[in-house]
Amino acid sequence: MSIQVSMIINGQSVQHEVEERTLLVNFIRDTCRLTGTHIGCDTAQCGACTIHLNGRAIKSCSILAMQAEGASITTIEGVSPDDQLHPMQEAFKTHHGLQCGYCTPGMIMSAIDLVNNFPNPSKELIREQLDGNLCRCTGYHNIVIAIQEAAKVMSPSN
Amino acid sequence: MYPFSFHQTTNVAQSVSLKKEHPEAKFIAGGQSLIGVMKLRLDKPAQIINLGSIPDLSGICVEGKTLTIGAMTRHAQVAASEDVKNCIPGISQLAGLIADRMVRNMGTIGGSVANNDPAADYPAGLLGLNATIITNQREIKADDFFLGMFETALEASELIQSIRFTAPIKSAYAKFKHPASRYAVVGVFVAQFPGEVRVAVTGAGSSVFRLTEVEKALASNFSADALETIRISADGLNSDFFADSEYRAHLIKLMAIQAVNHAK
Repeated sequence: MSIQVSMIINGQSVQHEVEERTLLVNFIRDTCRLTGTHIGCDTAQCGACTIHLNGRAIKSCSILAMQAEGASITTIEGVSPDDQLHPMQEAFKTHHGLQCGYCTPGMIMSAIDLVNNFPNPSKELIREQLDGNLCRCTGYHNIVIAIQEAAKVMSPSN
Repeated sequence: MYPFSFHQTTNVAQSVSLKKEHPEAKFIAGGQSLIGVMKLRLDKPAQIINLGSIPDLSGICVEGKTLTIGAMTRHAQVAASEDVKNCIPGISQLAGLIADRMVRNMGTIGGSVANNDPAADYPAGLLGLNATIITNQREIKADDFFLGMFETALEASELIQSIRFTAPIKSAYAKFKHPASRYAVVGVFVAQFPGEVRVAVTGAGSSVFRLTEVEKALASNFSADALETIRISADGLNSDFFADSEYRAHLIKLMAIQAVNHAK
């Protein structure tokens, strides 16, 4: 059985025939070939598959593609123009907020949403609000620093 | 995940009539419990009816001491709402403690209440405040709604439309989170009303339940001191690899004290 699903991904309208049970993350990766969004645990614990659905960070392994019908999706590929890094990506690079990099796309998507909601976050608040993203390399220390630094650049007063 | 047919719906009447047509179908709200369960093949509904595109089911409304939250309102919206914070701070706080931020952006109050997971947070808030569950058919008080593990008073084609709360004098929720799943190992909601205190516990039993002895103690003296000599019985409490029933009994008392201390 299959069903037609359509949504906007990174500003582009996409429409495909999928199986009803297709998860959004599989739609993004396998159908749309946007492989920046990762699958880590596939059980809603690690946050590697985090994307933005209508501006809110969500775990794309935990919703059906059909639940995003008509929605506007942003993935890691869409956070900035091709030749530039988003301030959050720049900060992760500068402050060594990654080692193996597997969790990074989800971290970045989650962190952007975090800063959008808490424009001037304390380290404690960042740690608390980042509890849906697991990183097995960094120990989080530099990720927290990177997010705090990116928040200063992203702040509306800048 | 086993295959299923998917129905997109745009209003309550359409969803309910589809459910009547396919009694084995499942409604999907945010899907933050259902999708996980289906991925693990613990459930295999042949039909899924999506409530995500019904605008009327979402929203927060405060009129005096009455707070009404639409069934499809996301936890993050409840946690961020100034109206909720001002009307019932305990509910705002509870919503902000559910799972993690991404789950809160997707999960809904109606979905959580209808699922009645024994370790979910909202059932404690609803029972603690004796909220009213408003469905397409009737109004049900929280006291009569949560029947047992994943069991509620909802009938087969009944759909939660909103939850109505009456603001207490003070309330708070205290939660001891399982560090990996972020479900409540024990969560306690305390609400002080004129002449009555209600205390509801989640995570510790087969379903959310009230603690009448603690309620009585707090009704005569709403302070942590009133709970000093109380001993919570471990009889019938959940026991697992992470927390045995004695430990959970201990946590209930600690969480109750924490909630009383933070109530506002």
